Amino acid sequence: MKVSLTVNGSKHKVDVPSNTLLVDILRDHLGLTGTHVGCDTSQCGACTVHLNGSSVKSCTILAGQAEGVHVTTIEGIGSVTDLHPMQAAFRDRHALQCGFCTPGMIMSAIDLVNTSKGLDNRAVREGLEGNICRCTGYHNIVAAVLQAAEVMQGSSDE
Amino acid sequence: MYPFKYHRPTSLEEAASLYNGSDDPVYLSGGMTLIPTMKQRLAAPADVIDLSGIESLTGISVKGDKLTIGAFTTHAAVMASADVRKHIPVLAYLAAQIGDAQVRNRGTIGGSVANSDPSADYPAAIVSLGTTIHCQNRSIDGTEFFKDLFETALEPGEIITSIEFSMPTRAAYRKFPNPASRYAVVGVLVADFGGSIRVGVTGAGPCACRASGMEKVLNDNLKPAAIDAVEVPDAGFNSDLHASAEYRAHLVKVMAKRAVAAMLEG
Repeated sequence: MKVSLTVNGSKHKVDVPSNTLLVDILRDHLGLTGTHVGCDTSQCGACTVHLNGSSVKSCTILAGQAEGVHVTTIEGIGSVTDLHPMQAAFRDRHALQCGFCTPGMIMSAIDLVNTSKGLDNRAVREGLEGNICRCTGYHNIVAAVLQAAEVMQGSSDE
Repeated sequence: MYPFKYHRPTSLEEAASLYNGSDDPVYLSGGMTLIPTMKQRLAAPADVIDLSGIESLTGISVKGDKLTIGAFTTHAAVMASADVRKHIPVLAYLAAQIGDAQVRNRGTIGGSVANSDPSADYPAAIVSLGTTIHCQNRSIDGTEFFKDLFETALEPGEIITSIEFSMPTRAAYRKFPNPASRYAVVGVLVADFGGSIRVGVTGAGPCACRASGMEKVLNDNLKPAAIDAVEVPDAGFNSDLHASAEYRAHLVKVMAKRAVAAMLEG
């Protein structure tokens, strides 16, 4: 089936079998391998991308459901010379160990900050419920998200 | 995942006609259960009929003393709805307890209810909040909707179009979540409709149901301690690696007490 979608601002048309998942379109057809497949059972969140602005697990979206959508992946939020505040905070706070979960963590965290007010430690932990870090490095991840939240929401936020 | 034919109808009529024309069809709503099930090859439908193209299935509206939620409305939209928060805050609270953020951004109320997962959260609200399940050609009382494990009153081909809720005076939902999946090992919703108490239980048995014994006791004495006197037999309750039937029966009382306490605290 033919699927047209916009990824990181660019329009793409792919021809894939109907049992293809969005994450496979991104990785195998568009070469965007920053989005990872961790568990492939919809639990770990490593494949998290933004679909029309909201965080979703791209391993649990069929090709047909991707028709006409706008997708943002980890490649679309910043660059090596101009990191997204969330990426910068993950680097500052050493919020990654092996790094496998990091793209999903960052995409979830950006959506969390965009849709929440007054985030604290507990709210970040609950907000990242759908992302698993098998290095169990959650402490620094939470610190990074709180740091980025201050930058993204402005320091006027308490 | 086995191959299938994907369809995206734009009307209920077109969806039903696709369904009737297939040997092994399935409707797809948010896909948060169906797609993982297909990936594990536990389901292998020939035709997947995606309901996302039917615009009339989405949205939340208030008319008189009823609040109606379109079947394709996501959990995130229910959580965030000013109307839900104002008129039935317990429903916004319950939606916020489902799965995780990514699941709430995709999963829909109609999909959850039609699936009748024994551990889903919404069914506790469907049986206790004076609901009507609207389908294409008929309406079903919420207390008559869940029949058994993954089995509902829906006929093959029927689609839930919207769910109409009555507005309780006050209500609270408490669940014991599975720490990994956040599914309800047991969840209890207690609602007060102007002095008449309704209790909905999910997670315990094969499908959600009302706890009439508990309602009777609470109608006489609306206190958490009143639940001590209620017998909750574990016969027919689910027993799996997460919890034994006996433990689930125990949890029903504990969650009911917490829900009553939370409701009284407001």
